[in-house]
Amino acid sequence: MQKIDLENKSLRELNAELQAQNSSTTQKVWEVINPKGGHAIAAGLNAPIDVTVKGSTGYYLAGMNQLATVRVEGSVGPGVAENMMSGCVIVGGDASQYAGATGNGGLLVVKGNASSRCGISMKGIDIVVFGNIGHMSAFMGQSGNLVVCGNAGDALGDSLYEAKIFVRGSVKSLGADCVEKEMRTEHLKLLEELLKKSGSDAKPEEFRRYGSARKLYNFNIDNAY
Amino acid sequence: MDRLGSYIILILIMLIKGNWMKDDQSKNIPRTDPVQSATFSSAINSEIRRAAATGIYDIRGGGAKRKVPHFDDLLFLGASISRYPLEGYREKCETKVLLGTRFAKNPMELDIPITIAGMSFGALSGPAKEALGRGATLSGTSTTTGDGGMTAEERNHSQKLVYQYLPSRYGMNPDDLRKADAIEIVVGQGAKPGGGGMLLGQKITDRVAQMRNLPQGIDQRSSCRHPDWTGPDDLEIKILELREITGWKVPIYLKIAASRPYFDTSLAVKAGADVVVLDGMQGGTAATQDVFIEHVGQPILSSIREAVRALQDLGMHREVQLIVSGGVRTGADVAKAIALGADAVSIGTAALIALGDNDPKFESEYQALGTTAGAYDDWHQGKDPAGITTQDPELALRLNPIEGGRRLSNYLKVLTLEAQTIARACGKNHLHNLEPEDLCALTLESAAMARVPLAGTDWWPGKSGSTF
Repeated sequence: MQKIDLENKSLRELNAELQAQNSSTTQKVWEVINPKGGHAIAAGLNAPIDVTVKGSTGYYLAGMNQLATVRVEGSVGPGVAENMMSGCVIVGGDASQYAGATGNGGLLVVKGNASSRCGISMKGIDIVVFGNIGHMSAFMGQSGNLVVCGNAGDALGDSLYEAKIFVRGSVKSLGADCVEKEMRTEHLKLLEELLKKSGSDAKPEEFRRYGSARKLYNFNIDNAY
Repeated sequence: MDRLGSYIILILIMLIKGNWMKDDQSKNIPRTDPVQSATFSSAINSEIRRAAATGIYDIRGGGAKRKVPHFDDLLFLGASISRYPLEGYREKCETKVLLGTRFAKNPMELDIPITIAGMSFGALSGPAKEALGRGATLSGTSTTTGDGGMTAEERNHSQKLVYQYLPSRYGMNPDDLRKADAIEIVVGQGAKPGGGGMLLGQKITDRVAQMRNLPQGIDQRSSCRHPDWTGPDDLEIKILELREITGWKVPIYLKIAASRPYFDTSLAVKAGADVVVLDGMQGGTAATQDVFIEHVGQPILSSIREAVRALQDLGMHREVQLIVSGGVRTGADVAKAIALGADAVSIGTAALIALGDNDPKFESEYQALGTTAGAYDDWHQGKDPAGITTQDPELALRLNPIEGGRRLSNYLKVLTLEAQTIARACGKNHLHNLEPEDLCALTLESAAMARVPLAGTDWWPGKSGSTF
């Protein structure tokens, strides 16, 4: 295992070393200590490596991740795994705003709570939050799945495109053009896979599904506020 | 009442009234000319009728069409006894510019200080984007992606490509990010400060939809705010993240609309930008509300000196470079922008016109679309006779990208030669040596905005030590 101590190394040195790994690397397991809430830790990775950050981080942990698995033993600041393409990011604690924003692929798991705008403009990423999420989550979500084992805040799925939202607890309010939808067999199956992949023991049957009413897809002046 | 009865009554009324009407022609009293209202002009009235018929605001492409103080209101003084000129054809006048010298390992080196502004594949056809890349490459300058991501054709045909990082993040991915020669974080656009992009269903073809990860045929309205940062403190961290992902190699530009240029430029510098791109209200857009284009934002002329003042106050003028855009058409405009303190300019609409946009040779087709050459701005409808602002494969074929590239390169060459001509006449051996002292203004407004003397005086409104 490779160990990098951010007490002694700079962010640039850490990221340069992690970004230098490729698919044939033999240094597959990494540990980062003393993150001290730093920003952009493990951003821009592009190799099937497994990185564990021992402690809480700042903004944009694992931003634009490709292929790597990044685990955080702590909480993360805003924009964790923003624009992730593939791979997996697992947060042991809570996540701040915009978790998984604009993500194109991969899996983001938040074992605590996520804040507002979780999954904003998501474009294919799967996000599983064990706790609650804040307001305006999945705003303009284009595709992918947002699974919330706890409750969702106000204006869930506002201006939603084709992203799917599954919530086990309550939804404080739905945003414009977001409606509850029938949970069909294929959705239960998809949910089961996502919960299993993320290590949650929640039961798919306990969730409700939300999606786009598709009434804002074409401009209609009667839909303007 | 029958028709004959109506006529008789009408004639009787006319006869009776005729005795009382002061403009009665039978008494040779002169008539006043019919006067059209300046307030309720023909254009305004037609818009009222259109609004009344449809219940929806007017959407169009392009920039502000209203007359605003512009570079035309400034003049160069040229050489005189106290300033001597350089020989027009013999003495060198440099045009190279380096952008992004503050933090980037590989600054953008351009042969000319004229770049091609961001325009998306989606708003423009594939061949049009290719033509822009070819033209810019022939001229040793850069072109810029737009909302919707980077296409392979665009990357291949652009030797120097700036990759826009927009609120929508359509098509954004780290592989393309690392292929870029510079990254431009778009905060605002001169045509619509505070508004997001708009691409209506007619132009969302399979490929455009796929690149943007959206259903085909929907009216796509991009978000106006970035999804994962708010305010200058966040922006600083966002810039750090982008630098970390790209290894601090390429410059990071920050594009702002000309709304509060002093403060926005100051905050851009604070956030760590290498280059500030300032876009005035004459700068075009693919589509937005006409009311937005005409009534939000400032002209580029009133914004440059404020942005430069911010850079000077921070001791960063020429350290953080300034690119200005919005209504740059001629080499004189290029020279004036640089004289006011810009490092380079960007062109968008002018580049499209060079490719053939609004060419009178398509007049019959413009007429069929209810418009005329020069006024065509329904770019969002995708029916562009010139094949530029369209995704219709047949229309797009009308633009030959090689020929288009050559035309753009020719035009860029003329802009450069014109700017050099002026610079030499002012005795400058580099375009960057042009300065406000080389200029005077024709109007009070332009004198105040550009802070150069009103022609024939040594004064401008607001000049320190003077009173109005």
